Amino acid sequence: MKSGPKFSAAVLWTLMILGFALVPVLMRSSYQLNLASHVLVWGLFAVAFNMLWGVTGMLSFGQALYYGLGAYFVGLMVEYLGSAWYLPAIGIGMLAVAATSFLLGLLVIRVGGVYFTMLTLAFGQLAWQITFKWYDFTGGDDGIQGIAAPGFLQNPIAYYYFLLVLVMLSIWILKRMAYSPFGLMLRCVRQNPERVRFLGRRVRRNQLRVYMVSSLFAALAGSLMAGIDNSIHTDMFFWTTSGEVILMSVLGGLNQFFGPFVGAAAIIIIEDIVGAWTEYWSLIIGSIIMSMVILFPKGLVGELHQLKLRMMPPKARRSE
Amino acid sequence: MDFSFFITQTISGLTMATLLFLVASGLTLIFGVGNVFNFAHGSFYMVGAYFGYQLVSIWELNFWVALILAGVGAGVVGMLAESLFLRRIYGRVNEGGFQILLTYCFILIIDDLVKLVWGTEYKSLPRPKGFSGALNFGDIYLPSYNLVIIAVGLIVVVASWWILTRTRPGKIARAAAVDREMVDTLGVNVPLTMTLVFGIATALGGMAGALAAPLRTVTPGAGVEVIIDSLIVVVLGGMGNFWGAWLGALLIGEVNAFAVAFLPKWASLFSFLVMVIVLIFKPEGLFSPRQVRKV
Repeated sequence: MKSGPKFSAAVLWTLMILGFALVPVLMRSSYQLNLASHVLVWGLFAVAFNMLWGVTGMLSFGQALYYGLGAYFVGLMVEYLGSAWYLPAIGIGMLAVAATSFLLGLLVIRVGGVYFTMLTLAFGQLAWQITFKWYDFTGGDDGIQGIAAPGFLQNPIAYYYFLLVLVMLSIWILKRMAYSPFGLMLRCVRQNPERVRFLGRRVRRNQLRVYMVSSLFAALAGSLMAGIDNSIHTDMFFWTTSGEVILMSVLGGLNQFFGPFVGAAAIIIIEDIVGAWTEYWSLIIGSIIMSMVILFPKGLVGELHQLKLRMMPPKARRSE
Repeated sequence: MDFSFFITQTISGLTMATLLFLVASGLTLIFGVGNVFNFAHGSFYMVGAYFGYQLVSIWELNFWVALILAGVGAGVVGMLAESLFLRRIYGRVNEGGFQILLTYCFILIIDDLVKLVWGTEYKSLPRPKGFSGALNFGDIYLPSYNLVIIAVGLIVVVASWWILTRTRPGKIARAAAVDREMVDTLGVNVPLTMTLVFGIATALGGMAGALAAPLRTVTPGAGVEVIIDSLIVVVLGGMGNFWGAWLGALLIGEVNAFAVAFLPKWASLFSFLVMVIVLIFKPEGLFSPRQVRKV
């Protein structure tokens, strides 16, 4: 029993949490803490996004809308009402995103495939333009600087652990959800929506639900991001933010739950390395993703899994 | 609102509509014939604009020759992109997502290549000789270059319609849109047809870029702005529908022109507003689409 899937999952979780928890102890500069925080937040964003695309097959190009909303709720409330509102703002922002994603979701899930992608993109850009042009309220292109977390969270290491707990908790919830009957239904919706209808289940209702769930956790990621750099900017709404999350999911592997998380870490590290010696990082990232799409469509985690399966004796392979 | 103001804004709207249509018709053509969604279509518009800049401002070629060459250049880049990369993922499971992703990579790569070659500064292109002024009818003021754009657009609309409905290559393209396998069985080289369609569509986009360059500035981010507007147009008109794209472009162009006149700050929101209203009542767009409610 010792080597059962439950045991190895527990080992994986322990290693992951331990690895991230040790970063403040082992780091040599606060920059590495910042990098690890970025990996956590983007990882959560990517995993939440993948519930939508990898699991349910709905490719949204507008999740930046919710990411940005989460961030701006925190930023604006701290700016106008004081830093005591920092934590409530995270909750209020998530409530607002739940309402927004419900209303927008009703509209966007009416169309499928490429249309869904483009509609979500259009709404994301709409939000970006409003934020960009409403200078008096949002600060427009300048963004908002000096967002201070309250009390002991002002300490970057304390904030990092706060982040770690919230991100791991969220990912755990998402994982439970992905492997629950609800998650199974979502997979069915991706693979054969027609049959889902024949079985008497509602395709659109499930799509709306997962759209809301994904948006909610995207907003959480955004609001947590506001406290890392202590600033927010309109780029968080921009379509490239939505695009980045898609790239992360593909690089890591769409059909693996932790794929997008690994992809997020990989992209952030690649950006960090490439950004240090050339400003043309999007050329490099673009070429890497393009070769992944053409040659290794399963992504990093997916290809590794495939390799593991190939190494196994045929008998064990069947039980996987 | 007096009459001359109305005419001026209408012409300005028509100009924008024409440029939008040139891009959107290519987008809709690729989708209609090959079922490929080319997210990078705006990048070919940008490539066309930079080719135009290179030919006219640096090599001092005649504007009209440059316009054709810029279109051909963008088309060649498009055909290379299709035959070297895009072709490899046709027929894959979950193809739609991978198409968007691959063309998104095109955007990233083309954007940076353009920056590498031409730098990040804004470039501008002079209007062609003889079209820098304006025509005056009483108190109506019409920039003559805008009229040129509208005329070029009309020529392209008529020519595309004629090619698609009256010539053999056009008929093959339309047949491939309906049933690829059958056309293949009849001895037509379907992959080559797809590459050519891709080339023509990106050439239209590139020409639009060069045509628009004297009115707008040429920047590395130009492609993305255009693609969002063209998307709205194509979604409005029904994807894959040629005339739908034309009507959608007209609608968005005019709405924009009048919104700029009355509410300049929030003008860009109006195209989204039109799209939302249309989609609430007709999620498949104004004209018959191809398989909208697939999932």
